[in-house]
Parts: sequence; structure tokens; C-alpha cells
Amino acid sequence: MPQSATDVADFAQQVVSGLSSGSIYASVALAIVIVYRSTGAVNFAQGEMATFTTFVAWTLVDHGLGYWGAFALTLLIAFAGGIVLERVLIRPVEDAPVLTVVILTIGLFIALNGLMNWIWSAQVRSFPPNRPFPTRTIDVGGVAISIQDIGIVAVTLALVFALYVLFQHTKVGLALRAAALDRDSSRLVGVRVGWMLALGWGLAAALGAVAGLFTAAAFPPLEPNMMRAVLIYAFAAAVLGGLTSPVGAVVGGLALGVTLNLLSAYVDFVGTQLRLPVALVLILGVLLVRPAGLFGRVAVRRV
Amino acid sequence: MAPLLELRDVEAAYGSVKALHGVSLRVNEGEVVAVLGANGAGKTTTLRAVSGLVGYTGAIAFEGRTIARPSPERVARLGIAHVPEGRGIFSELSVDENLRLGAYVRRNGSWKDERARVTGYFPWFERRRGQQAGTLSGGEQQMLALGRALIGRPRLLLLDEPSLGLAPIVVREIFSIVTRLNEEEGLSVLVVEQNARLALRAAARAYVLEVGRVALEGPSDELARNESVRRSYLGY
Repeated sequence: MPQSATDVADFAQQVVSGLSSGSIYASVALAIVIVYRSTGAVNFAQGEMATFTTFVAWTLVDHGLGYWGAFALTLLIAFAGGIVLERVLIRPVEDAPVLTVVILTIGLFIALNGLMNWIWSAQVRSFPPNRPFPTRTIDVGGVAISIQDIGIVAVTLALVFALYVLFQHTKVGLALRAAALDRDSSRLVGVRVGWMLALGWGLAAALGAVAGLFTAAAFPPLEPNMMRAVLIYAFAAAVLGGLTSPVGAVVGGLALGVTLNLLSAYVDFVGTQLRLPVALVLILGVLLVRPAGLFGRVAVRRV
Repeated sequence: MAPLLELRDVEAAYGSVKALHGVSLRVNEGEVVAVLGANGAGKTTTLRAVSGLVGYTGAIAFEGRTIARPSPERVARLGIAHVPEGRGIFSELSVDENLRLGAYVRRNGSWKDERARVTGYFPWFERRRGQQAGTLSGGEQQMLALGRALIGRPRLLLLDEPSLGLAPIVVREIFSIVTRLNEEEGLSVLVVEQNARLALRAAARAYVLEVGRVALEGPSDELARNESVRRSYLGY
């Protein structure tokens, strides 16, 4: 535990950089939760979708677009792409058992990975060519904090907040939640459930795109497999939060990022090598001890 | 004048099990019509066919026009509100959110005005707006389902077993509200009900379904005097 002033500063830095990677896990975890709530299936392709859209952003920048312009455009492309994937791929098996959908997303995982290797080749890229955030650090009460870490956390939290407003305070958000809870009742009040599911995929894909872009920036290089580990962390975060709880996914992601960072820094044998097993142990532990996660609710129902 | 709702030879099946063998019935503007019958007679399926939840052959016409390519989303937009068996409320959403969903396809009138109108029938909505619907009592859930259906100002209300599992006093309250709605707002209602006594009292006309067919039909008071209806459904 931290003793001296430098120790405290070091500890604080580890926490902030943990929040930064944690917000990446949180975005993907939230994407997984959005899809899980509406279809009851975990989308194993969420990470590859994110990587794919990051390559799209790379291509846009390669054609002369500015980084943040490409960033915004990529979110729109990801959103549209998510909707199209749901309509074309998931719709036909909408009423099939959940396992069918899960296997389909695994197929999508493999297909997207192959496609990326084919289009962009497996060559290692640095993206963005220039860091999106200044590489400097700023001094907060004796603690040097990287502007990139702050930027990643701020942009992610802003998007999460925007999603919160969309889901909780708009008509379409209410319809999105209703469609996820009860399809027949939603259809009876006139909600076009199919489109709501597609919209959910679109939002999840856009969130994933943010995670992919920030992963490439914070943990270069950009390469087709870069989201594999992030996806595992995101699963762990989502399970920790309860799989059905958007708040849980965000809190779980941030908590996992900080925990892993602190473990790597202060527990010698964990280092950087044992981070993934820690995440897997966490998934196992949560499922054994508290299957509903920290924020997952057991539905209250009276019949 | 064409009836508000008309079913002509409607047949429906769940997989290979046929539930309706050609049901024809109608609901006139401003009328409360009851559908009686034993379990499995096809009462619920009849309502599910009208709202497009099950596929069917034959024709269903609303306001004189055949409903083409029926789906629940489309039927809801025509102004038909369906309170399904088991109420179909969103138990994880609040009372207010459930009501908002009822107004999802509403085209005119402000949401606040409509909520005030419906709250007139169910004053407790006001105090318990934020309560999670799943924690309401069964009777309250049924009232919420009814309120949600009414908030979109439907032309026709489909009501499936509103009395199921509820205390007699609650059932009477619900039926008295349905009667008020019919008298004060001219709401047309097609109600499916096992409690034949209550249903015949609330409805002007009724149909008796037996194994997916209309076995009897007529004004409620005539049916109430009918020997076989009395023995099979009224129990005396």
C-alpha cells in the first residue's frame, strides 16, 4: 500500500490509467449488454466488429480525412453497419434458439477476422499516425496524469451519458427497452420490435467502434486481432455487472480496468502476463458466487 | 353501416393444431360484445387473430376495410388496443413508462391530457407513477393494462379474461369501468371471459365458442335464458 508522497502519486496514476483502459472495456461491455438484453444472446463478434470499423477509420484517414472527422464518420458507418448485420444475419434466425444466434455471431467473428486480413492484410499499423490526444501529462495535485487517459475516459463517459439519455428519456429509448423486455406486448402497443433490435445492434456497433479506435490509440498497433483480449475483459466486466445491467457494464468495466492495472503494478507475479487469467477467474468467480452480478436484477413478477 | 369489426370464416392454427375452424362474428360501433366458451374453445385465439399475433385464413375487416398483411404493429396503428391474457404489462418498467408505451402510436392529443383523462378512471396512477409495475397487485396490473390500452384512444378494445385470478370485488370494479368507458366515451369492446355471468351483464350481445366454432350467438339476455348456456356456463 502507498506510503510516501511519490507512492501516492504513483498509485493515483495507476488508477487513472486503469480508468482509461477500463472505459474501453466498459464500452464493449455495454455493447454486449445492449445486444444481450434485446436478443438474449452474447455477440462474440462485438470485438471483431470494433476492429473492422477501426480499419475503416484508418482507411478514411489514409484518404486524407482528419482523425476526429474520421472518428465521427466511423461511428455513423458502424451504426449503419450494425443495423445491416442485424437485418441480414440475425433477423432470419430471430425465433431460433439462442444457441443458433450465438453460433452465428461466432461465425461472424471468424468471417470478419478473415475479411480484415484479406482487405488490410495482417501487417502491423500504427493508428492514428499522430496521437489523437496530446502526449503531455498534466499535473493534478502532484500527480502527473496523461491527457490521453483523461481524453479517453471523458469521450467514453460522454457517449455513455448520451446513451443513457437516449434510453431513459426519449420515446425511442423507451421502445428500445420495451422491445428488449417483452416482444409480444411491445408489438401490441405498436412498437416495431424488429427495427428496435436492429437499432440496438447499431448502437452497440457504434460503441464498439469507439472502443476499437481508442484501443488502437492507447495500445498500438492496429491489427486484426487487437480486440481479442479487450473482448475477454469486456465479458468479464459485463458478467461482473450482471449482463443485463447497462450501469453494471460501465461500473464493471471501470472497476476491472483499475483492478487489473493495480494488480499488474503492485502484485509481482501478475505483471502483464497474467492479466487475462485474472479476468477469467473473475468471470468464473462471479458466476459461482453471484450469478446475477453486482447490478443484475432478478425480475420481480407477479402472475 | 358496416360493422366496426367483422370476422368472416376465420381459421387459425398453432402448428398442426387447429384452434379456429371458421369463426364469424362482428362488433358494431359503440357495442360491448362478449365471447364465451370453455378452455380451449378458441376465445383467446380469436382475439390474437384480430390483433395479428397469430396468422389466419379468412378475412378480418376493421371499419369496413379488410386488414391486409396483419401484424400487431399495424393493427395497433389502426386503433385496436389489445389487453392480452396475463395482461402483458412491462413488469420491469414503471407505471408511467407503461402508460407512455400505450401512447406510442397515438397521433393526436397531448400525452399529458390523455394521461389525465385515463387517470380519471384510475386515480391511483397519479400517486404511483414511479412504481415498478411488477410490484403492483394483480388487480392493479390489470387496471394498468387497461389504462395503457385506453391512453391511445382506441376505436376498439380487445379484452382477454380480465377477471383471471382476481378477487371478485376487483373484477366488479374493472367491469364497471369498462361499462363506464362504453357509456361515456362510446368505446367498442370485444371481451373474452370465462365468467359468463359478468360478461353477459356487461355485453349487449355475445357469442359462444365451442371447439373453434361459433355455437350460439345473440343478445345477452336471450343467451342468459338459453338452457344450454345456463347449464354449461352459468351453472344453474
